[in-house]
Amino acid sequence: MRLTQGTFSFLPDLTDAQIKAQIEYCLSKGWAVSVEYTDDPHPRNTYWEMYGNPMFDLKDAAGLMTEVNACRKTFPDHYVKVNAFDSTHGWEALRLSFIVNRPKVEPGFELRREEGAGRMQRYSTRSYATAKPEGERYR
Amino acid sequence: MNDALMIDLEALAQEAGLPALLAELDTSLVGLAPVKTRIREIAALLVVDRARRQVGLVASAPSLHMSFTGNPGTGKTTVALRMAEILHRLGYCRKGHLVAVTRDDLVGQFIGHTAPKTKEVLKRAMGGVLFIDEAYYLYRPENERDYGMEAIEILLQVMENQRDDLVVIVAGYKDRMDTFFKANPGLSSRIAHHIDFPDYAPDELLSIADLMLGGMQYRLSPAARDTLVEYIALRRERPHFANARSIRNALDRARLRQANRLFASRGGPVAPEALMTIEAGDLRASRVFGEPGSSA
Repeated sequence: MRLTQGTFSFLPDLTDAQIKAQIEYCLSKGWAVSVEYTDDPHPRNTYWEMYGNPMFDLKDAAGLMTEVNACRKTFPDHYVKVNAFDSTHGWEALRLSFIVNRPKVEPGFELRREEGAGRMQRYSTRSYATAKPEGERYR
Repeated sequence: MNDALMIDLEALAQEAGLPALLAELDTSLVGLAPVKTRIREIAALLVVDRARRQVGLVASAPSLHMSFTGNPGTGKTTVALRMAEILHRLGYCRKGHLVAVTRDDLVGQFIGHTAPKTKEVLKRAMGGVLFIDEAYYLYRPENERDYGMEAIEILLQVMENQRDDLVVIVAGYKDRMDTFFKANPGLSSRIAHHIDFPDYAPDELLSIADLMLGGMQYRLSPAARDTLVEYIALRRERPHFANARSIRNALDRARLRQANRLFASRGGPVAPEALMTIEAGDLRASRVFGEPGSSA
């Protein structure tokens, strides 16, 4: 099951040229871009690992692309995303975030049902990949 | 010959704003003939490349890494700043900003600190020009554990592989840069343009003074002008002469003395001309003239 999250979740994966164009847009707005990776694809996992520091004074997308490519090389079977952070007063939040790399095989999510008191049903999801410890998933 | 395939180089140059750019370069930079020639050549190459691309010929991005060597105050940093703008206007650099760094910005303090630091700077410079001032400090042969070599290696790799992402300009004094290049032949061979900045002639220094004063909205009285000519001749003979920088310092000190003179004679109204004019006495008080009791 293909994981979708972030700004362009409804689109097919962006090509490098498209990623570059998006980053150019972010930089033109003065947003700080950063690269993050994880192998825990749960939608509620908001704390991905940072790949290097956010790049606050970047002028050109080529700088971010070197980082993205280095991250892809180090973690070919991880999810990698690019974030753009807007530091202007009143925003101080992520303005854009999209996946730029994904594992070759994505096993998808299991829907778990739990019986509660009085026949109440609780639901939760869990990625099949997370049965293995961190770093050994998606092999 | 098919006329439809003819390319108008003049139109291409106009489109890039090249004639205006070169004219501006001529007026705002005094002397520096070899530098201007090289800039003109690079500009011509980029225009011709653009024309070649239009007719479908191969035009690989030329290597534009440069080395500026010359004595202090010959305009290396000024030209580097200008270069970033020129390359941007010619469409070679995407952003045209200049990131000026020295050894401190590239070399780390402990093992494993250098590579991220250098890469950080390189990322910032992408799309523009990376200007490494006094580049010879990167290489310290007397200390074999120095991390400078690591910075140079990373630099070389990016200079080679991401040629279209950034232009590296290294600058420094002639003799020390020569030893630096001798010790790092890899760096020397990756730099296509070695430009030597000549010292300024006395009349060029005078024009520079005029330009500087014009920019600050001051002017010299005729007597002060003669004094400045004398000053330049004397200053050039003295040690630590730093070309345009010495002239700028001399003018700054003359401004101090002019302000002091006007302030000391206060009591009546001051005409705007008086505020603008530097008198001979303001320059004459310099230590260079060797008068007893005078300041620097």
